[in-house]
Amino acid sequence: MNTLKEIIDLCKVQSFDMDFTRAKEWKAEKEGRVLVGYMPIYFPREIIHAAGAMAVGIFGGGDRKQIIKGDAYYQSYICHIPRSIIELALDKHLDHIDGFIFPSICDVIRNLSGIFKQQKIGKFVKYMDFPQNFLPEIGGVFYQQEMEHVLQYIKEINGIEVTKEALNHSIDLYNKNRKMISFIYDIRQDFPWRMSIEEVYYIVRAGTTMPVEEHNALLEKVCEFIKEDIGVPQDKIKVIISGAFCEQPAIGLIKAIEEAGCYVVEDDYMLGSRMILGDIDATTDNPLEAISTSYINQSQYSSSIYDVHNPKEFRLAKMVKERGANGVIFASASFCDPSLLDAPIFQNAFNKLGIRYIAFQYSENINQFKVIKEQVGAFSDSIKLWEDEPVITA
Amino acid sequence: MAQEAQKERSMILQKEMIDGLFNDLANAKELGKKVCYTFIPGNLSELIRTFDMLPVYPEINALQSAMRKKSGAYIKEAEKNAHSEDVCTYVKCDVGMLMKGNVGPTGLKIPEPDILLLSYTGCFTFLKWFETLKREYPNAKVIMVHTPYQENAEMTPHMVEYMVKQLRDEVIPQMEAVTGIKFDEAKLKRHLVLAKEAEDWITKIFDTTKHRPSPIDAYFAGVYYIGPINIGFRGTQEAVDYYKELHAEIMERVRLGLGPITPEGEMKEEKYRLVVEGPPNWTSFREFWKIFYDMGAVIVASSYTKVGGVYDMGWRHDETRPLESLAEYCMNCYTNLNIPQRIALLSKCITDYEADGYITNSIKSCNSFSAGQLAMMREIEDTLEVPVGFIESDLVDPRYFSYSNIKNRLESYFQMLEQRKSMKETV
Ligand code: SF4
Ligand code: SF4
Repeated sequence: MNTLKEIIDLCKVQSFDMDFTRAKEWKAEKEGRVLVGYMPIYFPREIIHAAGAMAVGIFGGGDRKQIIKGDAYYQSYICHIPRSIIELALDKHLDHIDGFIFPSICDVIRNLSGIFKQQKIGKFVKYMDFPQNFLPEIGGVFYQQEMEHVLQYIKEINGIEVTKEALNHSIDLYNKNRKMISFIYDIRQDFPWRMSIEEVYYIVRAGTTMPVEEHNALLEKVCEFIKEDIGVPQDKIKVIISGAFCEQPAIGLIKAIEEAGCYVVEDDYMLGSRMILGDIDATTDNPLEAISTSYINQSQYSSSIYDVHNPKEFRLAKMVKERGANGVIFASASFCDPSLLDAPIFQNAFNKLGIRYIAFQYSENINQFKVIKEQVGAFSDSIKLWEDEPVITA
Repeated sequence: MAQEAQKERSMILQKEMIDGLFNDLANAKELGKKVCYTFIPGNLSELIRTFDMLPVYPEINALQSAMRKKSGAYIKEAEKNAHSEDVCTYVKCDVGMLMKGNVGPTGLKIPEPDILLLSYTGCFTFLKWFETLKREYPNAKVIMVHTPYQENAEMTPHMVEYMVKQLRDEVIPQMEAVTGIKFDEAKLKRHLVLAKEAEDWITKIFDTTKHRPSPIDAYFAGVYYIGPINIGFRGTQEAVDYYKELHAEIMERVRLGLGPITPEGEMKEEKYRLVVEGPPNWTSFREFWKIFYDMGAVIVASSYTKVGGVYDMGWRHDETRPLESLAEYCMNCYTNLNIPQRIALLSKCITDYEADGYITNSIKSCNSFSAGQLAMMREIEDTLEVPVGFIESDLVDPRYFSYSNIKNRLESYFQMLEQRKSMKETV
């Protein structure tokens, strides 16, 4: 793996491997290894790692999986991802994955956990309720109990009692992982031409399908490569993508936005891998408490987290400023309630703050973006025309 | 007309209770009462009463607006303001009503909230809804009560403990601060005793559908019956009196061998007994109901009437464990049950009430109900061998109620039921 291109090519294959081949190989390498699938958005993968298991991100089949059976499970007015996840399960792509975690994000994912239970898919199915109470002694304790419940399920399979040392070691590995991903985004903030957002996407998403140690080794190399002055700058505006945190847009759409005249300098495509901002303390006597505290105090804003104490529109506005972005693209999966219900909150605030934005909807299986491309192109042109105007007025 | 003639005492009682509440709301300031907006699933009525607050239920305003044909305009107003076409129409109806002056269903203005009590049992939209309202009412205090989902078909001690801590350390002190009233546990207990009594009565009422003919329709009339217990009267003597009266009236119908009362008078012949999953459509509620009673179909149980609490499996508020029981109540509302639990509950209804069929009314804008309904329906069909029917509509968006589509579908469904019946009789 000597060139950046080789790494990106590998990550591209890994990201979209619907059979999770690398994860299954890893499991087969040693007796007692366990695979745990998790749905979007976020899950503390550290605890899975510490239990001698591997967390595998399940983000649907995108535009690579034709839906035949899944449509019989979901009405037309429900987003696309649950039907594609069910299709993956029924077509046995998820075989060998021992258990499944459904983080609390919305009613669709929540009820999908019930369908997995009903269909008896996997050795365990856990809907993971993240606390909406942010006091460590209330919500924090509850969250730790939820994590213990997950560990109990894994222990029933492999007999491993998780130790403090193992947890701290795993926390450390994921700290490194997030730090390197942050580094890539930070470099791209100033030099977005060094690597396209499509390539960044492959690199980050691949990390949800391989052991963290392997991903860290790849990231280390990527970080070295992008320190170099590679690529050619182009006349593009800088934008932030917000709202695409669960059902993933087809790769063609991710590409189309940059082709239409934008550099994407921040996004929430793979929010789960970047949810915790900064390091989690890897030196405590109570690592579960450390993970829980980090969720309470260091989470990125998200449509699935009650935000009244820290309003999301101002957090996004701050991000626009910090990333030097010219505007925001609100991209929501069709029928995605959390994303669409947040849209008026963001847009009303941005109208007042003078932050430019556009909004559109997509579906993971749609690969035609002519209209969206035109819309993004017009957005980029309008910003270039107005480039002398202050972007943020408040 | 016919209904006027048959207006029962219970109906008058209910009207007095609701009118009284809206009058009090319109005069909240003069009465010196604080106003608490909250939701039906997981409503903490007894606690709200303990602090002498007046409750406002935005869902009720939305459905009432729909029944008065006002929701379409409200929804459009919200959509003009960046609200998507594809989300819960209750939210948009409420936001639209707010933008148009917040005049409630009885024509009286709804006061601004002092508290937004966000106990969002069984649905994430509630959370987004109050995030939206908080931006409109910056002075209101948002009090969050996070109810864990019954993901593993149980309420574990750690779930109860989590909720009790929230109630004890966050909700109650914040209510004390806003109302200036000290928490009185004895008063809460008194409300819980009355809540339990009302719950006993409503369980008995919905259980009368065991009779043939069923004396009530447990969906279309059921939504009226659940009114008092869901919109803030649970825990009061008024609610107990209402349900006692209602029960007596229904038992009289049983004694006389009468079927349910419909808007066009008494249903004469009970041909089909059905269980319905999903909320009703409110914009064309009467037309929707008529399709059923014209065909002699009576609903003997529905999931929607359990949205504000599931009492038929024996769970009751318990004054000896006040906060624990409030916690369990929240966790035990229908949409907080996992899919296998929902299937088990509906299957029990089909069996206990000897239903001939099972119908899903799938609501376009409600993922909390709709996501999973198809799999539930298939399992019920397979295990109970009961004919199943499927229709689609919306809660309060008139654009998504297609009378002819629904009628056609239901007519074919009733034909199928008829054939099954005659086949059974032949055998
Ligand atoms: S795309 Fe949106 S609505 Fe669909 S499962 Fe994900 S978060 Fe829920
Ligand atoms: S999504 Fe359904 S349960 Fe949730 S607020 Fe809307 S109608 Fe009610």
